Amino acid sequence: MLLHAQIESNKRKTVLLVGVFLLLFIAVGAAFGVVTSDSPTMGIIIAGVIGVVYILLMTRAGTQVVMAMNRAREITSEDENPFLWNTVEALAIAARVPMPKVYIIDDPSPNAFAAGMTPENAAVAVTTGLLERLNRQEIEGVLAHEMAHVQNYDVRLATTAVALVAVIGLLSDIGYRWMWWSGGSRRRRSSGKDNQGEAVIQLIALLLLLLAPLAAVLIQLAISRNREYLADASGAELCRNPGALASALRKIASVSEPVEAASRTCAALYISDPFKKRAFSWFSTHPPTEERIRRLEQMM
Amino acid sequence: MAIWIILGIVVVFGLYWVSQYNALVRLRNWIEEAWAQIDVQLKRRYDLIPNLVETVKGYAKHEQETLQKVIEARNRLVSGGGRAEQMAANDQLSGALRSLFALGEAYPDLKAQEGFKKLQEQLEGTENKIAAARQLYNRTVMQYNTKLESFPSNIVANVHGFKRSEMLEAAAEERKAVRVEF
Repeated sequence: MLLHAQIESNKRKTVLLVGVFLLLFIAVGAAFGVVTSDSPTMGIIIAGVIGVVYILLMTRAGTQVVMAMNRAREITSEDENPFLWNTVEALAIAARVPMPKVYIIDDPSPNAFAAGMTPENAAVAVTTGLLERLNRQEIEGVLAHEMAHVQNYDVRLATTAVALVAVIGLLSDIGYRWMWWSGGSRRRRSSGKDNQGEAVIQLIALLLLLLAPLAAVLIQLAISRNREYLADASGAELCRNPGALASALRKIASVSEPVEAASRTCAALYISDPFKKRAFSWFSTHPPTEERIRRLEQMM
Repeated sequence: MAIWIILGIVVVFGLYWVSQYNALVRLRNWIEEAWAQIDVQLKRRYDLIPNLVETVKGYAKHEQETLQKVIEARNRLVSGGGRAEQMAANDQLSGALRSLFALGEAYPDLKAQEGFKKLQEQLEGTENKIAAARQLYNRTVMQYNTKLESFPSNIVANVHGFKRSEMLEAAAEERKAVRVEF
């Protein structure tokens, strides 16, 4: 697929995944309602309120906090690293976003990530290993990928998805315990013909609550991988050099030592898995490097 | 009943018209904004070059021709003319600068000089930023022209007299060519 076709297709896929995710969230709310109060509507309302509060809390975490978690130090003037500074500024112009803050992480493992809920308070960070081991075109490719994350509001999307996963886990946990403790009394109370139908609904709700946390994590990670493909494609558009980004990914993947300071909650934000988990699985935050390179090479 | 339906249609039509008009205005402003970005960098290049010429003079006295080309190209940057002319002058300047920076190879003292290195870095920075802004400019012009020509937004554009915008030529190649490997 050509570059623009890839961008479009990835965006459509995000919409689909987010839609499925929201349906799952509503279903979990309904199941929670069935189990706790025999009212699916009530459950959906409760889930909605907790979800909104939790998302608001999590998306308030400042860019500085995230940077501190990954032990990144800010560079505040062009003189500290003219090439890095100028490249970020040029890419920001091409992406029509304000210039993000620039951070460096002291770590020999080459990697980079972006943070910030909106382009206005965004920041990009690169490791010293990235600056040392990659050539200029490759570094520009990596920064273009990060700028694409900023432009596409990926940090906010990723954080929201993580928040919803947490809320689904919470509802599942409470609902399951509720069922456990109140199960006896409910059985005694209900009688007659409706009993069977109600029991089936209760069973389905229980199953849903049990399986939802796993499903939610899988969808969240699928979104994360999908956004990596999108950032590769829009990054290639920004730097006009898909080949450089491909070769950067190859170099980054060839280094096996992990980023020491990487925070676990930020793993999905890095350009390539900072913990260097080898095999690809449904639990990977990033798509397999070979597939990313293959898609980048298709664009040329 | 019928009046409400007609009223509804009028309202929907009006809202659509307003949204298309606003989208056209936004794109047109984005084009100007992209040009402003280019302009800022052109001015910066213009200001940086005298320093560069002074620095090089001290080390490479016999390279008058190369220096002269750079100075001429710099003056053309501000000699007026349309956007296309300014971009052509900028490309000419980039070419002249490339030969000037190549002098660094023949004069090791010059190459080792901090000021020279810094100026080279800064001028390459402006070069890349101009290329980026040019890319943004052309992308925006394309969006704008597409909207101007596609149905039904072309009706709104015609009624309000929106004019086609021109792209800046030859942006893509130039950006690759000026890279200096380290």
